Amino acid sequence: MKHFAALYTAIDGTTRTNPKVEALAHYLSTAPEPDRLWTVALFSGRRPKRAATTTELRRWAGEIAGLPDWLVEDSYAVVGDLAETLALLLPDSEDGTDGGTLSDWLTRLAALAGQPEDIRRAAVAEAWSHLGGTERFLFNKLITGGFRVGISRKLMTRALARATGQEEAEIALRLMGDWTPATTTWDQLILSNDMDADTARPYPFCLAHGLDMAPQDLGPPDDWHAEWKWDGIRGQLIVRSRQHHLWSRGEELMTDRFPEFAVTSDFLPDGTVIDGEVLAWADNAPLPFADLQKRIGRKTVPKKLLAEAPAMLLAYDLLEDGGQDIRALPFAGRRARLERLTVALPDTVPIRLSPALPFTDWKTLADTRATARDQRAEGLMLKRADSAYATGRKRGDWWKWKLDPLSIDAVMIYAQAGHGRRANLYTDFTFAVRDGEALVPFTKAYSGLTDEEFGQITQWVRQNTLQRFGPVRQVTPTHVFEIAFEGIQASPRHKSGIALRFPRMARWRHDKTVADAGTLDELKALLALYG
Amino acid sequence: MTRAPVLTVTDRGLFCPAGDFHIDPWHPVDRALITHGHADHARPGSARYLSTDLCAPVLFHRLGNITLETAPYDRQIAIGGATVSFHPAGHVPGSAQIRVEVGGEVWCVSGDYKTEADGLSTPFEPVGCHTFITECTFGLPVFRWRPQAELAAEINGWWRQARADGQTPVLGAYALGKAQRLLCLLDRQRGPVLTHGAIETTTEILRQQGIPLPPTILITPDTKIADHPGAIVLAPPSAFGSAWMGRLGPITTGFASGWMQLRGIRRRRGGDRGFAISDHADWPGLNAAIAATGAERVLVTHGYTDSFARWLTEQGYDAAPLETRYGGDEAEADAS
Ligand SMILES: [Zn+2]
Ligand SMILES: [Zn+2]
Repeated sequence: MKHFAALYTAIDGTTRTNPKVEALAHYLSTAPEPDRLWTVALFSGRRPKRAATTTELRRWAGEIAGLPDWLVEDSYAVVGDLAETLALLLPDSEDGTDGGTLSDWLTRLAALAGQPEDIRRAAVAEAWSHLGGTERFLFNKLITGGFRVGISRKLMTRALARATGQEEAEIALRLMGDWTPATTTWDQLILSNDMDADTARPYPFCLAHGLDMAPQDLGPPDDWHAEWKWDGIRGQLIVRSRQHHLWSRGEELMTDRFPEFAVTSDFLPDGTVIDGEVLAWADNAPLPFADLQKRIGRKTVPKKLLAEAPAMLLAYDLLEDGGQDIRALPFAGRRARLERLTVALPDTVPIRLSPALPFTDWKTLADTRATARDQRAEGLMLKRADSAYATGRKRGDWWKWKLDPLSIDAVMIYAQAGHGRRANLYTDFTFAVRDGEALVPFTKAYSGLTDEEFGQITQWVRQNTLQRFGPVRQVTPTHVFEIAFEGIQASPRHKSGIALRFPRMARWRHDKTVADAGTLDELKALLALYG
Repeated sequence: MTRAPVLTVTDRGLFCPAGDFHIDPWHPVDRALITHGHADHARPGSARYLSTDLCAPVLFHRLGNITLETAPYDRQIAIGGATVSFHPAGHVPGSAQIRVEVGGEVWCVSGDYKTEADGLSTPFEPVGCHTFITECTFGLPVFRWRPQAELAAEINGWWRQARADGQTPVLGAYALGKAQRLLCLLDRQRGPVLTHGAIETTTEILRQQGIPLPPTILITPDTKIADHPGAIVLAPPSAFGSAWMGRLGPITTGFASGWMQLRGIRRRRGGDRGFAISDHADWPGLNAAIAATGAERVLVTHGYTDSFARWLTEQGYDAAPLETRYGGDEAEADAS
């Protein structure tokens, strides 16, 4: 595992892109092929079979280190990463031996899956006692999964392209789908000329940038297509070989979670791939995101929920038509084909064309955008009419022009220390609004301030703690923050009766005191308007 | 019969009623006993100060023209109904624990301390006491330092690699204590050690008082890095990302702090390398130091006080967190 550890250290040791890509490209052209394949798998979020649950790992590590469970938990809360916590808690290794290559270790771990606990515990303890430093941390990562190493899909694609001399777009396409190192080889996945005919393989999603200039600067309105920016889950619907597959943007197969799309394979021709937004839908309009949320967490869907929150795909792009990859065609051409395809579908098929919002000048479009909340949309999408469907996030052709967030001024009343990169700072706050003399907590937020501001508030929290409840400190109500959020819903589970979507601290209002903070009535008014 | 406690916390700091003095007060008081010169322990405005003699030059530098009495380690001094003495804390040169005895009951305030001898500060000595007020900046078992020699080799290796890559290594460290400790660990055969003004000043104060420190070269507006082949730069955290650093040419940055033990914080610092080298005790150090005092009662300050107090309680101590306003060198270096 030394090779892999060296790669990890090189990537982790820098925040600059180029050295990361270089280190990875070097590794991907020199490491043994099974290790390369596994590295690509791990860095793209594929996990090996679980040799142990995280609960077991915590317990075993605590026992070996002679620490009570709660202290392992407290440590984890501070470090923020379980693999790292356990690597640091365990006694120093005896020798720091290596124990073989990355794929050796993964093969060993795969063989452990399903064995009785005593056998798995003994094997893991044995590994811990030998592996030192980074290797031990990485070993824990292999078990717990989730390698987040600051290598985005884009950087990995670039490194692979550099290592193999192929086009980045080609590599990006090859990496899509539900392959695992067990189902393919390095040669098959990356090199071979006839890419294996994976009928479920999705295309890399084209991603938009937030509009950061005046829309007039985009040029003549004629060059652009506008539509609602829906507040659902991005999805890619594939029909090939009389089968359908639904992928999320995070490359998760959602086919079983949304059984209503099964009919699509009866109506769409083979070789059709549609990009769109999955929404909960009734009476020709989207339901609140909260209804869709009920469906997201479910692997199987009870009948009642299917009836309450039926899913709909709002189609906005066509990537494959008649088995042909048409991503290089201009958007207007793809859209025309999409219209032809969807207009022929009966209403019983849960696919609707995401309507175009024709406009002749930017001012009119801005007025349309202002009504987005009435459509339960987050704003507008702008797509350049002559643009190809890009791989990943490319600046210039696709823009999201979101509504300004809702906001309210609120008082901080509780603070909790962060973890991971902010382990020694108070970063997680609970906010309240006024209700007569009382302060009613209504949301938590933990992002939006600079590190410097978090440093200041941390000093202040230490000196103004009224009471402690475990890791939480109740502080003197003093500081007012502008809380921005994307949506508001009624929620009987919350004391205030409301729940916010994506709350964050927009600004520290040094100019305001508790008496200037917003009220529960203001929140209720927002709920009545936008809930 | 219950006796008044030897020390209590007032809104100004740790207070000894029998001797009518404060230890490391955070607001001005009549008489302040100071454990060491870090800003969170030595604050201005008090009428009279008492510290170790080794600590005095730094206090004068930081607090200006104060009325200061000094004492060597271990000397017993009567103040009112209390007897006090200073004992080495091993944290930075001149740093002390303060022992306070009233009517046969002994309390000890650790100030900041570390148990590993750094070759520069007078090494930590446990003080027998009934009640020990200990810092626990790094009071979680994930904090275990590697031996100083290993870290020194790692830092020197990084220096060599940086020079091989055509970069000037800039090592970040707190100006009092950590910087001088690193200075002694650097392998000067590789090249000269250049310093930021804040570090040069403290280093010079320590030199003046007779602590042998290797030579350094102050970076001035006229300094050309190219005139000092192979050099490494020592800079305080506040200089990172400043215009001052922008003038150094191609650099690679490293940061030396106990917090560098955690990957998340290493990454937040945005530096290229982190070295987990601390002037505070690590988990084994804290536990060993507490055991060595023989104390039954332990009050904990700075850091993960709740977790650490609970751990000590489970180990059979009468332990509790003590709310103070310390935490300003390493404890905060990363926030400031
Ligand atoms: Zn200190
Ligand atoms: Zn301190």
